[in-house]
Amino acid sequence: MDFTAALAQIKPKLGCLDDNCSMVEAAIERGIAERAGLILFPELSLTGYFLKDLVPDVALRLDSPVIEKIRNLSRHISIALGFVEVTDDYRFFNSALYLEDGQIRHLHRKVYLPTYGLFDEQRYLARGEQLRAFSTKFGRMGMLICEDMWHLSASYVMAMDGATTLICLSSSPGRGISEAETLGSTAAWQKLTSTTAMFLGCRVLYCNRVGYEDGINFWGGSEIVAPSGEVTARGRIFEEDFVLGAVDEGSLRRERIFSPMIRDENLAVTMKELRRIECGGSN
Amino acid sequence: MAGLRVNAQLLRQVLVGFIRDEVSKVGIRKAVLGLSGGIDSALVAYLAAEALGAGNVHACIMPYKTSNPESEAHARLVADRLGINCQVIEITPMVDAYFSLFPDANNMRRGNKMARERMTILYDHSAALPALVLGTSNKTELLLGYGTLYGDMSSALNPIGDIYKTQVWQLAEEMGVPREIVEKKPSADLWAGQTDEQELGFTYREVDELLYRMIDLRMSRPELAAAGFADDFVAGIHSRVQNSHFKRRLPVIAKVSNRTIDRDFRYSRDWGK
Repeated sequence: MDFTAALAQIKPKLGCLDDNCSMVEAAIERGIAERAGLILFPELSLTGYFLKDLVPDVALRLDSPVIEKIRNLSRHISIALGFVEVTDDYRFFNSALYLEDGQIRHLHRKVYLPTYGLFDEQRYLARGEQLRAFSTKFGRMGMLICEDMWHLSASYVMAMDGATTLICLSSSPGRGISEAETLGSTAAWQKLTSTTAMFLGCRVLYCNRVGYEDGINFWGGSEIVAPSGEVTARGRIFEEDFVLGAVDEGSLRRERIFSPMIRDENLAVTMKELRRIECGGSN
Repeated sequence: MAGLRVNAQLLRQVLVGFIRDEVSKVGIRKAVLGLSGGIDSALVAYLAAEALGAGNVHACIMPYKTSNPESEAHARLVADRLGINCQVIEITPMVDAYFSLFPDANNMRRGNKMARERMTILYDHSAALPALVLGTSNKTELLLGYGTLYGDMSSALNPIGDIYKTQVWQLAEEMGVPREIVEKKPSADLWAGQTDEQELGFTYREVDELLYRMIDLRMSRPELAAAGFADDFVAGIHSRVQNSHFKRRLPVIAKVSNRTIDRDFRYSRDWGK
């Protein structure tokens, strides 16, 4: 199904749920006005990223009024957004929701919580344990949060589970200045989204935030990537943006006819070898 | 080394955005900085003027009686070119009043006192304007500990603390910092004829090549030796970085409670901004 995707490249305020909710709602209103079918927000769009000890203070239950309000807005437009989730047993997750027709269609909890370099997620957050594709009115999708996408297996599992669209919500810090045109992290992500799309014959919808937190910049550059790996829309670097792009069924169909790698994927061989590796076998 | 060369335009964009964003989210529009006549503070003034508008940047020129008159002339040149607000505040009376009690104090004590005197003035202006104090220490100085704690090493925001002196030169050219400032020998100007490189015993270019490999690329001692760095130079710089580490950290707090500031009471500074 053809549809228009909106990537809300916002600048959340650290730890300010109310302000960020207003920002998110305004973007949703704009998405509805622009007749987008789906709107994406960055990772932790409701809270900001370097939360540290604020995690419990900004966490929301799935039945909280804030989520309910946004869920209701999804009667007019499908919404993917990130927030801190708290469960009944007081675990806190870096989570993303896919809301559609006033319903929670899918919940993804970030599986890969980075702790290297400037990252410290595993200290404050519990780890997600599932990678599942899910069906939407725009086809089957897989949702990933930032670091998840750097694990080939995560996107692969989604594609094997039938996803033809990969949604990635991101808060990627800008770093790695050199003589090159772009920052190291920008260049790396652009290679990653394009290559993943190409390998799996999937569209990639990537939404990254902007702004600074304690001097660390988030570089933006949200993009819509066709199943061929070609970028069809890209947000501005370092600045807030609202990216609108057409996502068409035809290019997915044609790419999957032209390069039927996913059809030919041999899951049985993959499973056999993974089981062997898991059991410590050498050959 | 290729890694030390930077895309100055991109760097400019990141740092200008940094100043604009970090100043405005505190609910303030202005910044204040000390202009020494050297390249680091000149560069920060250029970045700040671009980020906030010249009218929102306040510079203090704070000479001591033994300061090289060329320093003040260069500081004025920067302020004039940018059209930023600028004020000359002599620190001689305050510093001399203090050392009349300790006439035997050596150059290091005097230099440190001057640096701290200047910073108290900047923080006073910070409250008066109101404005945030911009730091002007670069990554080379910070790593070597070549600066005065609670003096020039203090600030609310430091736009150039993650770029080496070698990169400061590149960015200063990109920003159009006057040539005479870019090309002169770096000096803290604490006493007549002082130059940084003479005092340190090596050039910024040499030490940046080493620091970049040692800190950014995390090369091992054998790798550094293979890259042509003398063992004693590597060892000397390593111990400088190690011994000055206290200057880059908060004061040590004795832990007695369950939540100690900065240890297990952890929040980003920008929380709520």
